[in-house]
Amino acid sequence: MSEIALTQAPAHARHGSNIGQPLTRRDGVLKVTGAARYAADNHPPGMLHAVLAISRIARGRVAFLDVAAAGAHPGVVAVMTPANAPKLAVDPEVKTHPFVFRIDVLQNDRVRYAHQPIAVVIAETLEAATEGAALLAPRYETEPAQTGLDGDDGFVPPVLGAGQPAVLRHGDVAAGLAAAARRIEATYATPAQYHNAMEPHAIVAAWDGGRLLIDTPSQGLVLARARIAELFGLEPGHVLIRSPFLGGGFGSKGLLTGPQVLGIMAARLVGRPVKLVLRREQMFGPVGHRAPTRQTLRLGTDADGRLTALDHHTRTATSRFDDFIEPCGGVSHTLYAAAAIATTHEAVRRDTGTPNFMRAPGEASGSAALESAIDEMADACGMDPLAFRLHNYAEVEPVSGKPFSSKALRACYAEGAARFGWARRPRAPRQMRDAGGRLVGWGVGTATFPALMFQAEARAVLRRDGTAIMESGAHDMGQGAWTALAQIAADALGLEIGQVEFRAGASDLPDAGIAGGSAHTATAGIAIHGAGADAIARLAALAVGDERSPLFGAGNAGVVARGGRLHRSDDAARSESYADILARAGLAEIQGQGRSAADPAAQTRYAMHAHGAVFAEVTVDPALGQMRVTRLLGAFAAGRLINPRLVRSQYYGGMIWGVSFALHERAVMDPRTGRPMNPNFAAYHVPVNADIPAIDAILVEEHDPHVNALGIKGVGEIGITGTAAAIANAIWHATGVRPRRFPVMPHEVVALMA
Amino acid sequence: MNSFEYVRPATIAEAVAAGAAPGAAFLAGGTNLLDLLKGDLMRPTRLVDVTRLAELGRIERLPGGGVRIGALVRNADLAHDQPFASDFPAVAEALLSGASAQVRNAATVGGNLLQRTRCVWFYDVASACNRRAPGTGCDARGGEGRGDAVLGWSEACIATHPSDFCVPLVALDAVVEIAGPAGRREVPLDLFHRLPGDAPERDSVLAPGELVVAVRLPPEAAAFAAHARYLKLRERTSFAFAVVSAAAALRMEAGGIVAARIALGGVAAKPWRARAAEDVLAGARPDGTVFRRAAEAALADARPSGPDATRIELARRIVARALALAAAGTPARVPALPASPFAPIPGAAAHV
Ligand SMILES: Cc1cc2nc3c(=O)[nH]c(=O)nc-3n(C[C@H](O)[C@H](O)[C@H](O)COP(=O)(O)OP(=O)(O)OC[C@H]3O[C@@H](n4cnc5c(N)ncnc54)[C@H](O)[C@@H]3O)c2cc1C
Ligand code: SF4
Repeated sequence: MSEIALTQAPAHARHGSNIGQPLTRRDGVLKVTGAARYAADNHPPGMLHAVLAISRIARGRVAFLDVAAAGAHPGVVAVMTPANAPKLAVDPEVKTHPFVFRIDVLQNDRVRYAHQPIAVVIAETLEAATEGAALLAPRYETEPAQTGLDGDDGFVPPVLGAGQPAVLRHGDVAAGLAAAARRIEATYATPAQYHNAMEPHAIVAAWDGGRLLIDTPSQGLVLARARIAELFGLEPGHVLIRSPFLGGGFGSKGLLTGPQVLGIMAARLVGRPVKLVLRREQMFGPVGHRAPTRQTLRLGTDADGRLTALDHHTRTATSRFDDFIEPCGGVSHTLYAAAAIATTHEAVRRDTGTPNFMRAPGEASGSAALESAIDEMADACGMDPLAFRLHNYAEVEPVSGKPFSSKALRACYAEGAARFGWARRPRAPRQMRDAGGRLVGWGVGTATFPALMFQAEARAVLRRDGTAIMESGAHDMGQGAWTALAQIAADALGLEIGQVEFRAGASDLPDAGIAGGSAHTATAGIAIHGAGADAIARLAALAVGDERSPLFGAGNAGVVARGGRLHRSDDAARSESYADILARAGLAEIQGQGRSAADPAAQTRYAMHAHGAVFAEVTVDPALGQMRVTRLLGAFAAGRLINPRLVRSQYYGGMIWGVSFALHERAVMDPRTGRPMNPNFAAYHVPVNADIPAIDAILVEEHDPHVNALGIKGVGEIGITGTAAAIANAIWHATGVRPRRFPVMPHEVVALMA
Repeated sequence: MNSFEYVRPATIAEAVAAGAAPGAAFLAGGTNLLDLLKGDLMRPTRLVDVTRLAELGRIERLPGGGVRIGALVRNADLAHDQPFASDFPAVAEALLSGASAQVRNAATVGGNLLQRTRCVWFYDVASACNRRAPGTGCDARGGEGRGDAVLGWSEACIATHPSDFCVPLVALDAVVEIAGPAGRREVPLDLFHRLPGDAPERDSVLAPGELVVAVRLPPEAAAFAAHARYLKLRERTSFAFAVVSAAAALRMEAGGIVAARIALGGVAAKPWRARAAEDVLAGARPDGTVFRRAAEAALADARPSGPDATRIELARRIVARALALAAAGTPARVPALPASPFAPIPGAAAHV
């Protein structure tokens, strides 16, 4: 049984029910005092340090490694290369599951991308292992490598990212464009980005005979356990992964990566526990990235400014050896009531690591392009960009014709516009200046993200002392699962949050599904809700069937669980405590199980999405091109909010990432070598505090009776969507020039204005 | 990380002796050197930690108005020294526009002068780089070209010096005091950093064992205090190296410019003093036209070393703007966003 549990009460008192309360993080004190134990904080006795040696070429093979020199370095215990790497039980090239990616774990000497692991040095100290890795001084047989999107190659992939179709056509786009009174066509470029969670991928692996104990950050414990068991030929039950805290994941810790597997192999090779932590630079290669895209949008409207056609074509890249295709077109399926819609994707194969899910995969890049194009179309129609969006508002999901399970986007537009002061915006660009004479512009972008749901289980235990345990193998990546899920648990069990011991973050707990797709609170939460309800139902059955209980005979009226007591629904004065019920029944505890899964009937009937509107003010120095987002406001509707404080912080984080997408973040690849040239935080820019002067998020009320039992949609990713385009649109409004390449850089704005 | 000897000399003489051995490197704040060690980009066999040399940690007022800054004074301490900041406001502004508060707390004056280039190929151990590994070539040639030099570069190396601090220093005629095996010497900062020529591996004129002990600003430098600014174009609002930058200092009398000091950052392998531009301004009335002419003079010899020539025009514009800001007068306190185009703009300076 895992020892990871949190009973700490949050610093803020609650009033009324737990759900909906803005509780502070229950794990906050642990984090700010350094007591929260992250994977790399584990040091089992006898532990050795492993350091990766990574390839400096992007394509070819490793011809020579100076294993003797590395091995002779004082403190080095072993050098793991393809010559001595433990063999795996299954070939890692074989896709045993749709969510298995090919990984590079020293099974041969081939190099398929820059920064691919080519050896692991294991030593008594980190320093010795680091020096050992440097002493390997590899020589290569180099083949020409290709990165970027240029070229006349390209193929239509069978499926995109998580299985979406690469081509979707609704209506006749060619006819719609031909019939249009006004048309625009524009191509937008987005760069490769790397997840770069603050906490790098890390693993501490300890073998105990045929059992394996692993500390590693994971957004998908049960999938990771299954993959490890498969690769090493173990019973899944013999693998325990602990992952109580993640220092961010953003998708890159969703599926097991090569370096994590190498850590386990290293521990097996040396027969001692091993710790392997990636250096920042090593995060730019083997652990996924957001692929670059080039998206061409063709839009047409009739004379009244109604969209007759929306054509969204994406060109993107995947690796030479595996498929992950950024699904950019999805946003064009749902947002605007165009008479005809087509989304198509083509991909090229390049000598990079395989791209991966990265916060709002597809939606982030796709909405940057779509929402820029919508702005261009609005301008072509001579309309205010917000009015244009409302004019083309989708009352039903355009490509499917399904009604939305709920859609408070109009309210998002309205509340956001009111607080932002949008009504004062002049329609023409280059009209506003600040006191220093700098150009000021306002832009809007629509945010959207599907409301997804995976499968999960949970287990509740009510104890005779009036407290409870809730178990869910959920993942806290920093978003606040320790708190929000405990709030759901406490309400489901009718207890104070401090009376519920919440256990999460370990693979021996009930499967909580993957923490991705902004679906974790819904997925894990509904299983928890169900487990609590089940335990209460069993308890109630004991009471209402027992004539010694004040609740005897309440079976038809029903009971409500509140404050550690069951109350008759029709007479709250008649109640009994859980403890008394259990004591009389002679039970130490009573258990409940819960499960969650999407409701296929509801999914067939309804389109389910969260929505939002992001408003940005950007100030631009007209001569130097330096830009700053001086105001940023999002209004989002995402169903029921379990904890508004945590939700707001997710929106802020997403919107800040949107600023990064718009103005800062990009991997610079040297096209001659295929190497990333800025694999560190001095050169790979993300926003700093001075880039985020004022940010605000409005939590727009939305009630969704269909999406799931708790009415929860996701909030983790939607903040990025809409934001990048809102900023680009504000730059246009400030300057009159339209940036179509992300991130928008000062020299480029100056060049456009020249 | 390779093994190295670590020594902590107690006197300047010991430091110089220890630093003269082949493979030795002085360690000050370590904010640059330690990164280079971790990246396997430099492999010194001996680190000579000079941070215990207390005599290098002082800021001394000199008779007559100049100042002598010990090589180990921390960047943050110097910027926040009130008498220093009021006499040399552009230097304080430049310091505060560099790096982050944490880095500035650790970084020293000497280390700032001697920090290595930020050319990304220099930091990529597998790239050819004449500056890091003499004779291997220069992979920056043919690269994206956004950080390349536009002045004073050679076929062998097109990198720039990244320091902000050095830019107003060179404008104000700072002098570097050096202790070495052959005794003490002084070098004007303008002659301290080397242009690459065919030996880009030598960033400065320092010989092995030579230690920077202090940087001196002459009394005349303080005469520019009322009209002295530093301005820096960055790819984010803070915590970024300069795309291009400029220090401008004017001595004004009766609304006219008596003397001007101008230097540029991010354009060459050294902080670039623009004397021709200063000559344009001496005796002129301050206005946008003359500032633009000065800017053109400053970049007259510029030529792109790579595909991107926009930085030459950006450099002209930043010179003109820095001059306009300087003419408008030094603000009473360093702006909250030091050297930023987003700092408050007095008057109509933005329209230049
Ligand atoms: C993330 C980041 C961002 C930064 N941004 C900026 C910026 O925007 N602007 C800017 O100007 N700088 C910036 N810097 C650079 C920073 O200013 C320098 O790293 C710092 O000034 C170096 O000082 P130090 O004392 O740490 O030097 P060290 O790292 O200790 O040494 C640097 C070099 O100087 C030599 N050296 C040090 N002292 C002496 C001496 N007294 N005599 C002879 N040789 C000596 C060392 O041997 C070494 O080669 C940034 C640095 C980082 C890490
Ligand atoms: S420009 Fe200079 S520092 Fe950069 S790679 Fe070339 S030689 Fe090295």
